[in-house]
Amino acid sequence: MKYLKSFGRFLYDFYIGDDWKTAATVVAALGIAAVLVATGAFGDTAIALIVSAGISLAFAANLIVDVRSRHTERAQHGPSQR
Amino acid sequence: MGSTATWGLVTAVFAASLVEFVEAFTIVLAIGTLRGWKSALAGAALAIVALAGFTVAVGYALVTWLPESALQLLIGTLLLIFGLQWLRKAILRSAGLEALRDEDEAFREQSEAARRSSGETRFGFDWYAFVISFRGVFLEGLEVVFIVITFGLNADNVPLAAAGAVAAGVIVLIAGLVAREPLARVPENTLKYSVGLLLSTFATFWAVEGLGIFREGGESLAWPGEDLALLALLAGWFLLSRLLIRLLPRLARRGPGGSVPSIVGEETS
Repeated sequence: MKYLKSFGRFLYDFYIGDDWKTAATVVAALGIAAVLVATGAFGDTAIALIVSAGISLAFAANLIVDVRSRHTERAQHGPSQR
Repeated sequence: MGSTATWGLVTAVFAASLVEFVEAFTIVLAIGTLRGWKSALAGAALAIVALAGFTVAVGYALVTWLPESALQLLIGTLLLIFGLQWLRKAILRSAGLEALRDEDEAFREQSEAARRSSGETRFGFDWYAFVISFRGVFLEGLEVVFIVITFGLNADNVPLAAAGAVAAGVIVLIAGLVAREPLARVPENTLKYSVGLLLSTFATFWAVEGLGIFREGGESLAWPGEDLALLALLAGWFLLSRLLIRLLPRLARRGPGGSVPSIVGEETS
C-alpha cells in the first residue's frame, strides 16, 4: 500500500506538477467537446475552433488568476522566505 | 504525415531531449566528480536500460489495445496537459515571475549533498552515487520517453522521434565530455518555451482529431486545411504566450501592495 501511494504521488508530481488547474481545464474542455461531438450538432471545423479557443482562453485565465492571487498573498503576508 | 508535422516532431523531441539530458548530465557530473565515476555511470546505464524497456512495453501496449481515434484522444489529452505545464513555466520565467534554472547552481547543490552523504557500499558500488545517478537519469529521461512515445505513436513514426532524442543525447554527451563542467550556457528556458509551444500545438491538433471516437463510426475529426492547421495553431499559441509575457508582470505589480519583487516563485526544473 505504501509503495502504491508513493507511485501515485510520483505520477501526480510527474504529470500534474504544481498546477492541477491546467489538467482540470484540459479534461473539462475535452469532456464538453465530447458531448458536442456526440450530439452531432456541430461540424468538424466548428468543433476544432471551439476546442482550441476554449483551451487557450482557459489556459490564459488560469495563469492570470494564479499571478493575481500570488500578488494578493504577497501583499498581505510579505514575500516568503523559501 | 506531411513535412510540417515531421519537422515539428523532430524539433520538439530534439529540443525537449536536449533540456532533459543537460539536467541529467549535471547530476551525473556532480556525483561522478565527487563520489567516483564507476557508481555514477553504472546508475546512469541502468536507468537508460530501464527507460528503453519502459518505452517498448508502453508503446506496444498502446498500439495493440487502442483504436486510432482513441489513441489520438488519449495521447492528445496527456500531451496537452504536459505541454501546457511546460509552456506555463516558460511563460512565467520569461515574464520574470519565476526564477530561471541555473545549471551551475544545481551542480553546486548536488555536489554539497554528495559531500554530506554517507559512503555505504552495496554490490560493490557507492550506493548513494549509484542511486542518485540512477534516479536523476531515470526521472529526466522519463519526460523524454513520454514525448517520444506520444509524438512517435501519433505521428506514426516512433523511430524518427527516438532518433531526435538520441541525437540530443549524443550532442549533450560530447559537449559535456569536452567542457567537463555543467552545460550552463544551453538556453534552457528558450528551449523549454519552444517545446511547450510545439507540444501544445500538436496535442491540440491530435486531441481534436481523437474526439471523433464519440461520433457514430468513431472516425477521426478533420481539421480545416489538414496539416496546415498546425501552423495556425502554432501561431495562435505563440501570440497568446507573447501577450501573457507582457501582461503578467503588470498584473503582478498592480494592486494594494503597489509593487512586488519580480521573482514570485522558486526555481524549478
